[in-house]
Amino acid sequence: MQIYLPIAETSVNAFTLLGVGGGVGVLSGMFGVGGGFLITPLLFFIGVPPAVAVATGVNQVVASSISGVLAHLKRKTVDLRMGTVLLIGGLFGSLLGIWFFNLMSRLGQIDLIVQLSYVIFLGIIGGLMLQESLRALMRSKNPNAARRKLHTHTWVHNLPMKMKFRTSGLYISVFPPLLVGVGVGILAAIMGVGGGFVLVPAMIYLLGMPTKVVIGTSLFQVTFVAAFTTMMHAVTNQSVDVMLAIFLILGGVIGAQVGTRLGVKLRAEQLRILLALLVLAVCGKIAFDLLWTPSELYSITVEGRF
Amino acid sequence: MRALLVLAFIFAALPLRAEEVIVGLSQNRVSLTVNFEGSEILIFGAVRRELALPEDSTLDVIVAIEGPPQQATIWRKARRAGIWVNTEGQEVRAAPSFYAVASTGPLSEILSADADLTHRISTRLAIFEARTGVDRADPAAFTEALIRIREAEGLYQQREGTVDLQRDTLFSTRLTLPKTIVEGSYAARIFLVRDGDVIDEFETFIDVRKAVLERWLTNLAYDQPFLYGLLALFLAVFFGWGASALFRLLRN
Repeated sequence: MQIYLPIAETSVNAFTLLGVGGGVGVLSGMFGVGGGFLITPLLFFIGVPPAVAVATGVNQVVASSISGVLAHLKRKTVDLRMGTVLLIGGLFGSLLGIWFFNLMSRLGQIDLIVQLSYVIFLGIIGGLMLQESLRALMRSKNPNAARRKLHTHTWVHNLPMKMKFRTSGLYISVFPPLLVGVGVGILAAIMGVGGGFVLVPAMIYLLGMPTKVVIGTSLFQVTFVAAFTTMMHAVTNQSVDVMLAIFLILGGVIGAQVGTRLGVKLRAEQLRILLALLVLAVCGKIAFDLLWTPSELYSITVEGRF
Repeated sequence: MRALLVLAFIFAALPLRAEEVIVGLSQNRVSLTVNFEGSEILIFGAVRRELALPEDSTLDVIVAIEGPPQQATIWRKARRAGIWVNTEGQEVRAAPSFYAVASTGPLSEILSADADLTHRISTRLAIFEARTGVDRADPAAFTEALIRIREAEGLYQQREGTVDLQRDTLFSTRLTLPKTIVEGSYAARIFLVRDGDVIDEFETFIDVRKAVLERWLTNLAYDQPFLYGLLALFLAVFFGWGASALFRLLRN
């Protein structure tokens, strides 16, 4: 069954859309990842214009993180103060990203920018994930191996304008969280992702936040930044397609429930390797498209269309 | 006798009206509904004749359907630092978003270059190039690329020999509007051709419109983008939160 997307002005198969949403939903339920970094490139592959894929992807992030953030707020595992600082940075970063996105659209380079960002970030995440899960697999076989130190003091803790973050038990400068927020905001606007994959490691290793508040706080920041970015895309370039969003969201929420159930039953360590390989495969496909001589050297952009 | 002579002169002076085309379309509205997959349009008609069928020349029929024009930029990629990047852009002042020409025979054989220029029938003539970038070595390559890409997408169609003309009187052809067509008024022009010249022309319009919901969403997105953004967020929150609440309820 074909579904006509009024903003993208093309039709795509409804079951393919539900499948993309559902498949990524399963993964996000199993591994606790947002999945925006897989949804957007998968949308490119099925022929959704990149600008629409990015703006709609970020709308889908709101749907996939909203129930999580509510649950964490109830459990009080959100550092609201830290979340707010990250959010302020995030909103600023999102504005910056939107400006850059629209500039690149006008110059006819947005597809390239989006693809390049994906190659770089998927490459890094996929590589790190693979390394991490292989190491975890080794560790489970050899429990005597050295463990990573959890809390270390770095240059980050010596910057001015220190602020107390009681929930996290931190007394650090506001600049690192602000900058982390800005970075995540830029990624949200350009790549159509929540940015949790950058935010979570940054919070743990750079800011030294305790793990019990990391997920809740990152979801808090991601939800609001994604909502703001959706709004900005809708207002500045009209590229959010709600019809597309509904199918992705429906597939996603059902998939996430299945994924959560599966994640309990299956052995996550081996599966994490598969996820890493999947991320690397998507990265490889986009990289291939950029590097391989295209069969058609020309492309068309139409005024007022995507 | 004199009256008859005058009549004969009139007919001689008006050879154009000797044959007249009458056209019907299977539909003159196309609705872009939620499950739109493209649409096929049947164009049929007849040739009305006051005089006897001329024996020394053959009659041909050309059908051209033209979608709303768009301003476009055609980009060419080149390899920079190992990756393929859009490096050159050429603007086109107006190119039809859809263009299909069907005819009884090869256009180059049945239509003179002059008549083609006057009526802008072949695809190449339907595109208006911008005056910029004329200093480029190969400006034509960009327009050719535009035609090539759109032909691959079914947006431009050159279908020579697909108009079926029976006994020089009844003709019919089928054209497919692909799923990627845009909204607007599509001009359908039908030409009768003899000896390379157009002897009669008929024009009618096909109205391509988004259906009610799609129309409403598009209008909202462009006219009230803030409200549209709120709608998108509301749907995300509603489905995202609603679905997990529903599943929690089902589990208990």
